[in-house]
Amino acid sequence: MAKENEINKSTSEYILEVENLRKCFPLKKTITGKVTSELVAVDGVSFKLKAGETLGIVGESGCGKTTMGRTILKLHQPNGGRIVFDGKDITDLKPSQMRELRRQMQIIFQDPYSSLPPRSTVGGILSEPVSVHKIVPKEQIKDYVLELMDKCGLRDYYYERYPHEFSGGQRQRICIARALSVNPKLVVCDEPVSALDVSIQAQIINLLKKLQQDMNLTYLFISHDLSVVKFISDKIGVMYLGQIVEYGDKKDIFSKPLHPYTKALFSAIPYPDPAVKMNRIVLKGDIPSPANPPKGCRFHTRCPYAKPICSEVTPEYKEHEKGHFAACHLIEE
Amino acid sequence: MEELNKNNVQSTEDTEAPLDKNVRLMSPTRMVVRRFFRSKLSILGLIMVIGLFLFSFVGPLIYTEWGETELDRSGTVEYAFAETTYTVNGVEYTVRQTIETNLTDNFLAPPSDEHILGTDDQGYDIFVRLMYGGRISLTVSFLAVFVITLFGTVLGGVAGYFGGFIDNLIMRVCDVLICLPGIPILLIISTILTASDIDAKYRIYLLMIYLTLFSWPGTARLVRGQILSLREQEYMVAAEAMGYSTSRKIFKHLVPNVMPQLIVQMSLSLGSMILYEATLSYLGLGVQAPYAAWGTMINIISTNNDILQNHWNVWVPAGVCIVIAVLGLNFVGDGLRDALDPKARR
Repeated sequence: MAKENEINKSTSEYILEVENLRKCFPLKKTITGKVTSELVAVDGVSFKLKAGETLGIVGESGCGKTTMGRTILKLHQPNGGRIVFDGKDITDLKPSQMRELRRQMQIIFQDPYSSLPPRSTVGGILSEPVSVHKIVPKEQIKDYVLELMDKCGLRDYYYERYPHEFSGGQRQRICIARALSVNPKLVVCDEPVSALDVSIQAQIINLLKKLQQDMNLTYLFISHDLSVVKFISDKIGVMYLGQIVEYGDKKDIFSKPLHPYTKALFSAIPYPDPAVKMNRIVLKGDIPSPANPPKGCRFHTRCPYAKPICSEVTPEYKEHEKGHFAACHLIEE
Repeated sequence: MEELNKNNVQSTEDTEAPLDKNVRLMSPTRMVVRRFFRSKLSILGLIMVIGLFLFSFVGPLIYTEWGETELDRSGTVEYAFAETTYTVNGVEYTVRQTIETNLTDNFLAPPSDEHILGTDDQGYDIFVRLMYGGRISLTVSFLAVFVITLFGTVLGGVAGYFGGFIDNLIMRVCDVLICLPGIPILLIISTILTASDIDAKYRIYLLMIYLTLFSWPGTARLVRGQILSLREQEYMVAAEAMGYSTSRKIFKHLVPNVMPQLIVQMSLSLGSMILYEATLSYLGLGVQAPYAAWGTMINIISTNNDILQNHWNVWVPAGVCIVIAVLGLNFVGDGLRDALDPKARR
């Protein structure tokens, strides 16, 4: 009860509230269009995000991170739950109603090669959203775009050039500039650096951090690279098979991981010193198919500490310490 | 772990080499143009097509000696000799007659200064009619291809972008249209047109409307296929995330990326439309005398064996024009296909 009240009165404090978000993809349909089997990509995800914060979402490939990010932006229509953006429930808004809100929430993609239209110039790519959303008067668009390019580390003579002339890092800067051209409040970064090499990754991450301070942005940062997430995030959510299994402040999660999956993930972070002996927790098997998730705790098939209860009862996702949530039967013990 | 952070993410300076300000890679359009002109065959095709255009549209303005439906009434006098032999009382008489026929039309004249390519069986100037015939052929096929492309792009684009029921509906209509036999239906329509006495000049346009109705499915399928693959590209998701309107997404982001394939398709179908027009006119369904079309001009031989054998100047030029037009357009189409292929980086 206390929790519900908190949600109601804190609409101004949180820029993004996600409750029990579900997204399913139909696998088989009958002729009449009835779905007979489906893949639950995101299954009951809840979190709240304050303005100006960064939430890092980590998890292995195929656990639903990207789908979650896109569903929050309503690029996929959610199948259940609630998305509250800036105090406004956007779950059931029609695409036409979303159009106005789009300028407040943007996305940066993983692949900087396919996410830029090949037949427009950089200037065209960056000024189109500005003119569509009428961010500045027509005659100021070019100055505005040049200023934005400067902010993102792009030289002014790139304006007339085509995306195919650029390297991956520069293309990612163009993508960032495009996302920021409409002055968004929330930016979903969908593995923005995983396609880049390490030295370029650092520059892009630093650019994102600098822009966050300058423009007071809120990031939902999706990645499978723990060191990157650790560097940029304030809060961290660990995802496994469509669910958030642990959520909390970066400090808490890294110093005291509660969920066995989080522990296994953290033990896999490479340490750049051959003298240090690593105690890796090696998980057996593959991630189960989200089309047919295991009963009970979804992690019990691979959990090294699994007890009989784990395969029977779904563990409750609850607050174990202040602001530190986890879903596991074994934490109390 | 803090140290790891510093190692991994600390270099703040922009170490990425900036592009040279003065060295520029070419824009996609310029690259295509360059690759197109690198092929000798495409240049030849372009020259052939442009040449035919000038011949058909500028030619009649310069060469005004004769008009399209102007008969040469200079009237040559023809003399025929007849000999009759008969016997009266064992004496043989031979009567020689000279028959003078005064012809009003100067028909089947050989090439001369007056008539560059001679005249046909009616007395029309072949060279001039070649130019006017080119006007009809080129206008009709360009119009038809334009309409086909418009229909095909809009319907294919809508089908590909929205998918689902609309896609199914449009594609099934396409399948049905592709299944229907073209020529028998054309014959029927042509008969109906003859019965309903429509001016011969407009008949070809009506037939071409029918042709466009039957030809857009090819283009629609092409556009749909392209859009199906393009709309899954991430830049389309980005456009969606930007909150662009649907028409903006289809016509500003998707269709420009289908343009290469469309241009190739257009230039190739122009050739086949010219052939269609010639076929129709040859069968007597299209343009009819006294108006000229390349197909009609060849049609003359179907009733007159003498012209087929002895007066080549009447029908060969029209055939050559058709060959030049179709060949030229196909060369241009092939050249464009090679030039627009993004995988060819030569």
